[in-house]
Order: sequence, then structure tokens, then C-alpha cells
Amino acid sequence: MDFQPTEDQKDLRAGVRDLLAGRYGREALRASLDTGTAVDRGLWRELGAAGFFALRLPESEGGVGLGLPEAVLVFEEAGRALVPGPLVATHLAAGVVPGAAAGTAVVSAFDLGGRLVAHLGEADAVLGASAVPAGEPVRSVDPLTPLHRVASYGGGGDGNGRSVGDCSAFREAGALLTAALQLGSALRTVELAVRYAGEREQFGQPIGAFQAVKHLCAGMLVRAEVARTAVYAAAVTQDPGEVAAAKLLADGAAVGNARDCLQVHGGMGFTWEADVHLHLKRAWVRSEQWRTAGEAEELLAQELLGSAG
Amino acid sequence: MDLTYTEEEQDFRARLRAWLAKVLPELPARPSPDDWPGRRAYDLGWQRRLYEAGYAGLHWPVDAGGRGATPTQHLIFLEETERAGAPYVGANFVGLLHAGPTIAAEGTAAQRARWLPPVLRGDEVWCQGFSEPDAGSDLASLRTRAVRDGDDYVISGSKIWTSHAEVADWCELLVRTDPDAPKHRGITWLAMPMDAPGVTVRPLRTLAGSTEFAEMFLDDVRVPVADRVGAENDGWRVTMVTLSFERGTAFVGEVVACRRTLGELARTAKANGRWDDPVLRRRLGRLYGEFGALWRLTQWNVSEAGRSAGGVPGIGGSVFKLAYSHARQELYDTAAEVLGAQSLSLEEEWTLDRLSSLSYTIAAGTSQIQRNIVAERILGLPKGR
Repeated sequence: MDFQPTEDQKDLRAGVRDLLAGRYGREALRASLDTGTAVDRGLWRELGAAGFFALRLPESEGGVGLGLPEAVLVFEEAGRALVPGPLVATHLAAGVVPGAAAGTAVVSAFDLGGRLVAHLGEADAVLGASAVPAGEPVRSVDPLTPLHRVASYGGGGDGNGRSVGDCSAFREAGALLTAALQLGSALRTVELAVRYAGEREQFGQPIGAFQAVKHLCAGMLVRAEVARTAVYAAAVTQDPGEVAAAKLLADGAAVGNARDCLQVHGGMGFTWEADVHLHLKRAWVRSEQWRTAGEAEELLAQELLGSAG
Repeated sequence: MDLTYTEEEQDFRARLRAWLAKVLPELPARPSPDDWPGRRAYDLGWQRRLYEAGYAGLHWPVDAGGRGATPTQHLIFLEETERAGAPYVGANFVGLLHAGPTIAAEGTAAQRARWLPPVLRGDEVWCQGFSEPDAGSDLASLRTRAVRDGDDYVISGSKIWTSHAEVADWCELLVRTDPDAPKHRGITWLAMPMDAPGVTVRPLRTLAGSTEFAEMFLDDVRVPVADRVGAENDGWRVTMVTLSFERGTAFVGEVVACRRTLGELARTAKANGRWDDPVLRRRLGRLYGEFGALWRLTQWNVSEAGRSAGGVPGIGGSVFKLAYSHARQELYDTAAEVLGAQSLSLEEEWTLDRLSSLSYTIAAGTSQIQRNIVAERILGLPKGR
């Protein structure tokens, strides 16, 4: 047993981190915020060319032929960089919706509860729908995740009072890849908090020298590291219970860490200029996608009862 | 990233499982928790069986009498013994996990020959004389003094929270040999016989009502200079060697046990109707997910230790301990919710476990100290003034 990433996997992650740092660094993030451009078609095609969407498509179908562990590492980086757009849905649509694999199509999904759909206005297709449905725009909490309310989802319910169209086949992978985005965000907000705590001085010393601040930061790392092993393990085993646990813990890490990062930033954290709120708002959106905490807990509870024989 | 075990590892597991199935039914009944002589005899008897079957000191180096097993084999050993309900390492804890590995790494040939075989064979019990009443988490501020007198050190002071002190033969003792040196220098690691004149042991009663540890008073106790491990005033470094031996495996058996307890909790809740409470049910589901992740974190840390040449643990230890100690307390609080008023009865095993779980965020470095370690040594935040 060797649960550490292989050299190839580390290289892949580092390569994606470099690509995103160059193509979607902080200036690009702030520019998309200023212009309200959630999906940059140019970036989408570049991600497609880099194999982001076709990563798990077999080589015989023009894909990269890698597996979920590699996809998770790549999505972790996208989460870290706060890349907006329906990354998970487009990745899942590779080989299903023409153009998704290459990044020439933008594909959203019925992955939220209620009748809300993310990125509907920018979507060429919606996973689980035969055509892009009409919808009324709704003001979204996350400035880079536009939302629409649609009249009908089309598909049946999933037993938890939410319609999923016919997305259910994608649900496990969707939840896991969304967890990977959350993980990247959780790791990034630890870095942001630690950097700020080391620079910002109060009472004649960096605030990171105060135990109250230290302990917030340490708690953030613990959340992120527990979530990391849950996400990686689920990618390896693809066990539904482990996928649910990964989503649950990664949602908790992303939301909890963004909150604590905001707290460490003090008044600066409450401003539009700091990026912290963007991590928190995106983490809230992702918490509602594919599998909520409540659904994950219920699934795990049933599995626990089964395991008890 | 791979979670499958190699063929060799699977063989190891199968042989161990078969041996456990044969030997466990032959064991005598467990003594009661307060019967210390009985516990000592029981734990040493188990150690003797491990020794005879070739499982003693599994993770110790071969030249120290161990089996030189990989961290993964050690993980499998701890997992399988817990699953099978085998005895815990118990009174042999300090000898096998702390003192023994330290002597193996830092002791002279004569010291290794004197002290290691009795630990492996199950002949001698060690205890740990590190903590002091005024030191606590600030271990390096210990004050127990040792003064050279000819070929002996003469020791006076006191130790506290010393587990197994009542039945130990030897104590790994940290003493201050140079009171003028900075507090991390000036410390020396000694092996002290517990029957030496001047050693007084007084059991302490825990909040769970049991006597799990003791105070130890040292009044002009003489220890030969020859029983010093490492150089004089170099005891802090030796201690760091001691503390580095667990390699992320310290809580393996406990995580396995907690997952089993969760299953029993779910079954109990189903039987008594509490399962129908969605808040409680979801809490159990969340804990199941968390303990699953903690098991994976253990495998992650062990894999990391397996890759590092010196076997020095990575950052995982403090991160794991923080997450685990809090999850364990929540587990037993949830058990109390499942039991309802019945949780007020000390006849419930989970109630005793709930009480003892309160020590987990304190022992071996409080959660607050662990957070300081994580913040300063891993995240690189500045030290406070």
C-alpha cells in the first residue's frame, strides 16, 4: 500500500497549477469580476486543449485516458484558483455532449436542488436535458456563478425531494469532483490566512503571533488535511459512502476555512477587494451541488447501519 | 495513490489472522481495570505469546531484536489485532513504543543487551517519567534534579501522570543535570529501577474513578551513571528520538475500535427507536464519514513514513491527534444521546468510555499545544512573545 501521489500525479498537479497561475491569476480573477464574465470562452478552450475536460475520456475516443485520482488533483487546482464556470458538468459531459471534451462547448447540469440552474445563460447544453431550458435570471450570492430559475427540470425526483433530471448517472463523479474543487479552495484559504497573519501587524507584532489567530489557522489546516485524505481515498476506491464523506468533509472544510480566513483578515475580510468572500460564496454554491451535507449524512447513516449487520 | 495491499502484505495479514484465531480463545479472562498486578500479568502473558510467535517488536530494527517490519506491516498488525479483539499493548506500552526504541537507537551495546530482550519477551515493564506537576505541556521546564556523586546520579524531585508506575520495573526518567543551561539543554535521559530506595509511588484517581496513573516522588534516588542513555545534558534530543517512533500508528487500534463502536451505536439506536430522530441519525452518519476519513489519514501518514528514509514522521501526527481526539469525544457524547438517561449509569461501558475520552484532548500535548505546533512548525507562523 502506498497512498501517496505518484511522481506523475504530482507533476500533473504542478503543471495544472502553473497553467492556471499564468492564465487565471489574481488579475484575471478580478477582471472577470469587474466585467461579470463567469465563463471566458477563450480560457474554456485552453482548458479543453490542456485536457482538462477530456482527462477521463479513453484515448480511443480522443481523451487523455486518466482516472478519477488524476481528475481530483486537477480539480483541486481549479478550486484553488477559483476558476469560475461549470467545470464539473462540462468534464462529465465529455464524450456525451459534442464539444465538451475540447472545451468548445459549455455544459451546465441539473445539479442544484429546487429549480435553480447555474450558468444557464452561458450554457450550450445542460446535462440531463434534451435542450437548454428557458429560465428567469435570479440574483446570485456568488458574483461568478449566475443562476436561473427554470419552469421544469424534466426528470423525476431522487427521493430526497429534489429533481435531478437524468443526471443521476453522473452524481457520484459530480459530487467527488465538486469536493475536489472545495478541497482546493480550503487549502488556498489556509495559505491566504497564514500569509495575512504573518504580514499584518497589530500591537507591535504580526497577528499570527497571537494564539487566538494561530489556533484559527491550525484548525483550518486540520479541516483541509482530513478533507484531503477523504477526497483522495474516495477517488481511489470510488465507494459511494467514501464519496459522500468526501463531499461532506470538503464542503465543511471549504466553508469553514473561508469563514475563518475572513475572520483572520478582520475588517479587510469584509470588503469586496479581498478575495476571501469569493471563496466563501463559491463554497456555499458547491455545497448545494450534486450532494448536500444532509444527503451525504443520510447516505452514510444508512451505510453505517448496514455495516453493523 | 494506491490503497491496495501488496501480495506480501496480504500474506502477512492472512498468517496473522490465522494465528490470532488460534491463540485468542486460549487466553485467560481479562482482569478488572483496578487489578494492577492482574493487568501486569495479563499484559506480559500476551507479550510472551507475541514473542514466541515472532510478532514481538514488529516495528523494531532487526539488530535490536525486532522484526524490522515496514510501517504498513505494523499498520496491518495493529488493525488485525484490534479487529480480532486481541489484548491492547497495555502495560508494555512504554517499553515497546518509547523506551525500547530509544535504547535501540541511542543505547550502548551493553544497554541494548540488558534492557531490550526483557521488553520483547514480556519479562519487564517500563513507565515514563517525563511529566512533572509544574511542567505539564511545557515538558522542557522540568525540575527534577540529578547531581553526580561518584559513579551515581542522585535524584530528587517528583513526576506525575505516570501510567503503570505501580507495576513497572524500570522508568525512562528525564532529569535536569545542568540547572544553569537553557531549559532544552541540561536535561538527561536515565533508566531508573522502580525498586530503588527513595522511589515512592502514589496512585491518582481519575475522574472516571479508576487508577490509571500515579504520582512518583524521588528522594535521593541513586542511579548509576552507566544507566544513562545518550550523553549528559543531551536528553532533550534523545527524547525527541523517543517521540518520533510512533510514525503515525499511535491510534490505529483505536480508530478501528471507534468504527466498530459506531456500528454498535447505530444498531442500538435502531433497536431503541432513537434512529428515527433525523438529527441524531445524521450525526451518526457524519461521524461514520469522519472516522472513515481518519482511517484514510492513518494510511496516508503511514505511507508517508514508509517513504521517508529515517522513518521520521511528517506533519501528520499533530494534525491527526487534533482531529481524532475531538472526534472521539463527539463519538461518546453521541453514544450518550443514543442511550438517553441510561447514559447516567456507570454500568454502561460507553459511559466509562465517555469519561475516559475527556483525557484525549489533554494527554500527550493538549489540543492548544498541538495547535501551536501546527501553526508554528507546519504553517510557519511567528512564535508569540
